Amino acid sequence: MSDMEKRDEHVFRLTRRKALKGLALGIGTMVLPAKDASASVWESFFQKNFRELGKSERRVILERLEKEYSARYKKPVRVKDTGPIEGVLYGYGLDLSRCIGCRRCVYGCVTENNQSRDPQIHWIKVLRLAKERGVDLEHSEQYYNPATVPEEGHFYMPVQCHQCENPPCTKVCPVQATWKEIDGIVVVDYNWCIGCRYCMAACPYGARHFNWKKPGLPAGEMNPETHYLGNRPRPVGVVEKCTFCMQRTREPDGMYPACLEVCPVGARKFGNLLDPTSEIRNVIENKRVFILKEDLNTQPKFYYFYSV
Amino acid sequence: MIHRRLVLACFLVFISLSVFELAEAARREFWLTPPKLESDESYMVPPPPFTEGIFPCSECHKEMTPNPKRRELTEEHTNIQLKNHAEKERWCLDCHDLKNRDKLRLVSGEQIDFTESYRLCGQCHGDKYRDWKTGIHGKRTGQWNGKKQYLLCAHCHNPHNPRFKKLQPKPPPMRPENIR
Ligand code: SF4
Ligand code: SF4
Repeated sequence: MSDMEKRDEHVFRLTRRKALKGLALGIGTMVLPAKDASASVWESFFQKNFRELGKSERRVILERLEKEYSARYKKPVRVKDTGPIEGVLYGYGLDLSRCIGCRRCVYGCVTENNQSRDPQIHWIKVLRLAKERGVDLEHSEQYYNPATVPEEGHFYMPVQCHQCENPPCTKVCPVQATWKEIDGIVVVDYNWCIGCRYCMAACPYGARHFNWKKPGLPAGEMNPETHYLGNRPRPVGVVEKCTFCMQRTREPDGMYPACLEVCPVGARKFGNLLDPTSEIRNVIENKRVFILKEDLNTQPKFYYFYSV
Repeated sequence: MIHRRLVLACFLVFISLSVFELAEAARREFWLTPPKLESDESYMVPPPPFTEGIFPCSECHKEMTPNPKRRELTEEHTNIQLKNHAEKERWCLDCHDLKNRDKLRLVSGEQIDFTESYRLCGQCHGDKYRDWKTGIHGKRTGQWNGKKQYLLCAHCHNPHNPRFKKLQPKPPPMRPENIR
């Protein structure tokens, strides 16, 4: 036998062995869940990417999830898959001359969007900045805790997902579990996400968060009005982010996002960028506006502005 | 021939310029006009933030003879102190109507309801009033593409002492090293 042939044989053996091992392992794990869990584990394991699902397939999945969540949280839970509204591109405005850094929005968001209380996940982060330095992120502070806000000489800058028109986060996903919908909202299919966290590394705004543990969401505090791509309860090991409250805003009588409704100073503005009469267009056309890290060409649809 | 062409060209330029100007004017007009007529009480507002049991004012005032003389109140309403709001220049009856106590009074003499108090504030704070009407200043809740509720100026600013009150912030996030 020549060296070459020997090597070939070696290589072949190795791969066959590997294949056999893999098969055994595969069969092993196939048997395991069947023993202890319901059929739903199977169904979700073999579920397709959300974008490839037909109408009836979606219905089945949503119903399965509704049943599962209702049992877990002991109340009727709704899981919607409401699609984008035609002619709508969402935009958000934040008035830096009004925000007082009270963090009402942070907790309003947690409640509305079923974030994990323990371990803690916050989709909104409020940065405190010094007035004399301006928007200088390197000197920002997010753990400030005075008795009252606003503090002398400071201003505050809440940061959340900017729903970039050119989102770096979706491009790096190796399995396309995250994408931008046509109304501009960047979403995650939690059932398809493999938890590699590439998107977290790619996002320049720190807007994505990972469930390192099973989310701690007390049944009593769970918001039962949910969207499949939005605020439904997340499993461990997936990435989540702000969706402009799509479970509220995508309805025909769309409610404002929860963070806007809870803000005591009215610093938050929201609306349709394609509608010239909307509040957000009014802000963009009449006030001093800037977007964060403009040089990265992410093209955020989250506009910071000064009303005075 | 050249002459005619020149005239035609001038005419075209003139037309396009005026069309452009018209469009620009319309655009400005659009933002400057309120969504609806002011007088038809078009803004949905929650009830004004009265002190418990104080309204209607006429309950007490109907027994009294009105006294239009500017003075310091020593018997009633002593808790109301004008502060940070040009207290030297004005007093109660600049905004409250002498004859109908349940109404506010504009400079023009027009009586308005408390639910329309934005018109009163807007007399001096025109820029804020304009921003409020288009949804930039102040808080709106409800539907982003439908019915909205506007907060009155007085819901956030005490009219007698309008500076926004400081708030206690909600707790800061946990530091990552403390999240287990
Ligand atoms: S609730 Fe409003 S004022 Fe408070 S931190 Fe958030 S944006 Fe700023
Ligand atoms: S802010 Fe971050 S998470 Fe949101 S779309 Fe942009 S890159 Fe993606």
